[in-house]
Amino acid sequence: MIKFSERQLKTPKLMRPVYLVTAGQSKFDRAMPDKRTEELCVDALTMAARLIDKSPAELKSYIHSCYYGHFADHFGDQLLGEAVIHDRLGLDPLGNIGVKTGGATGGSTLWEAVKAVASGYSDCTLAMGWERMDEVPTDEGNHLISCAADKDWETPLGHIYTGYYAVMAQKYWQVFGKQEESFRRTLAEISVKHHGYARFNPYAQAPMDITVDDVLNSPVVAYPLRALDCCLMSVGAACAIICDEPTAMELTKNTKNKPLRIWVSAGSHTLRPACRRDMEIPLLPNESPDQYADMAEKFPGGDRYPGFTGFLGARMAAYYGYHMAGIVDPTEDLDVIELHDAFTISDVQSYEDVGIRPYGYGRDYVESGDCYHTNPHTGEPGKLPSNLSGGLIGCMHAVGATGIMQTLEIASHIWNRWAEIHGDPKIWDEFGREKPADWTDLQVKDAKRALAISHAGVGSHVTATILMDPDHLLNEDA
Amino acid sequence: MSIFGTVRVKNGQYRIKGDFHHITPNTPIRNEEDGWKLMGITNPRSMTYMHSYGGEAPFFESMSQGKILGTRCDDPDCEFKGTTYIPFRIHCPDCLSKNTIVDFTDICKKTAKVHTFMVCERSGAFNTLDKPIKFINVEFEGIDTILMSYLSIGEPEMGLRVVPIFRTVNPSYTITDLSWVTEGVPAEDLPEGFTYG
Repeated sequence: MIKFSERQLKTPKLMRPVYLVTAGQSKFDRAMPDKRTEELCVDALTMAARLIDKSPAELKSYIHSCYYGHFADHFGDQLLGEAVIHDRLGLDPLGNIGVKTGGATGGSTLWEAVKAVASGYSDCTLAMGWERMDEVPTDEGNHLISCAADKDWETPLGHIYTGYYAVMAQKYWQVFGKQEESFRRTLAEISVKHHGYARFNPYAQAPMDITVDDVLNSPVVAYPLRALDCCLMSVGAACAIICDEPTAMELTKNTKNKPLRIWVSAGSHTLRPACRRDMEIPLLPNESPDQYADMAEKFPGGDRYPGFTGFLGARMAAYYGYHMAGIVDPTEDLDVIELHDAFTISDVQSYEDVGIRPYGYGRDYVESGDCYHTNPHTGEPGKLPSNLSGGLIGCMHAVGATGIMQTLEIASHIWNRWAEIHGDPKIWDEFGREKPADWTDLQVKDAKRALAISHAGVGSHVTATILMDPDHLLNEDA
Repeated sequence: MSIFGTVRVKNGQYRIKGDFHHITPNTPIRNEEDGWKLMGITNPRSMTYMHSYGGEAPFFESMSQGKILGTRCDDPDCEFKGTTYIPFRIHCPDCLSKNTIVDFTDICKKTAKVHTFMVCERSGAFNTLDKPIKFINVEFEGIDTILMSYLSIGEPEMGLRVVPIFRTVNPSYTITDLSWVTEGVPAEDLPEGFTYG
């Protein structure tokens, strides 16, 4: 479709308020030969219970239906892995269902869990996601990931997803980045930032103290992208507990977790970028109809939308989510975000799709310092800090878990528990990781509202998860 | 003695012949840092799938004949009647009527230009293309979509004029049978098995 009816553009409405009560995650790593997937899921659920001072058995007694995100059956060589995990978590005979939407699987799993509560089907749901990407060598893993492209028209071309994705990066690099060395350095700065923030996260797989030049000197994967511009392949699990209001209040009574209002929206676009047809840019609340009239003059070659430079799926997830939750300007209305930084350049593209900056100007979000916990130019708090977990580049991309990990991360700021969750020496010791001497508390002060974007491949599926302190809503009727 | 699995269709059913899988023993995975304790096993597997091209089969056959087939919506009731598709789409994504198959070979030969590209140094398992792979996305005048493919001869850049070449000798009947070169490459310099059609 390239035109949308009013019915299709309807603002989604939850039938009753829905809350994120708690969440948990396992350690993330490239390989974990000492643990089965179910052990990682138990770790995540146990953490979620611990954060609200419950035993796993107590927490389980509230769960009514379960939503499992696991993208790649063939990675783990186990069809119906959801049934295995569900059994091992001791949640039979509850109803459960598997969700798979590529890189957006974690976000989509939350989408389903939230809708189940909103509809009244369940008062408490479990959203659990995981991925096991260490059971095949990397080149076979790349082949398996490439099977998420069109198997007849794309996969035989190199069996390497990066190639299908990076043609879009190249277009953005040339049209909007104008192949400027300064832009290339901005991209590298994103990698430095995300690997750097990962240093303060005991769960993170790739903490690194690196420089822009280190990124620029790392091996070329697909020019202009280098190894340190790319996300990780990971093993791990993450979960969230979603409830209606009475259950949320009961579960969090006398705990440090305040139930957070949650909304999840979703968008999509063709699996094959080749099939993208030109259309008008769907506008977000902070954009005006004439804003993009002169795109071709400002950015020669940038007159197609979404062309090979924008992600319509991300734009639509933001469109539905912002209208649903009352967000007008994400930079003003939100306090912290986690974006799907599959590659440094796609991170920049996302800034534009979700309206943090207008199309063509994404780089300014980094160059202004707004995206940092502490703005390196001013020493003041960043206006809208992003990916303080380390993101997909520094923390993990255990596909089915990623969108849920992001949600735990942003929730930890609103709960004002970031330092506790990331700084506890016992966690560092348990994971066999050394807490750095310069460990820094990245808590975003007074965070009340947050966003996480979960994104599949070339943008086939994208979700926007929005969290808000219920005493700081933007729209009381949302 | 085993032979590669082969398949034909008769009376609407697959008829298979030969080996479609190979059995290889599992082997233990042990921890050399902890007394060689058992950690897991390998699970070797080699399988051959049977895959239907369905309504796209004419496209995959046509490449071996030096042609590029696309499709067009000719439904008079469709709001987007006349939209043209390469890659081939069996049905119009707007009205879902069956598209008309159109031979776009001439348009492709005369108007193909690189829309975007990527030179990829790595590949996944089972790759059959030479590395680095020069991915190109090709745009055509009058065609509403853009085809992903690969450049066999030449250095890719946006706007570069390219012409199609076809694996007409021993075709694989996959999308790799279609590739592109810059204008003016002598036929004898084309990769083995490829011709201008």
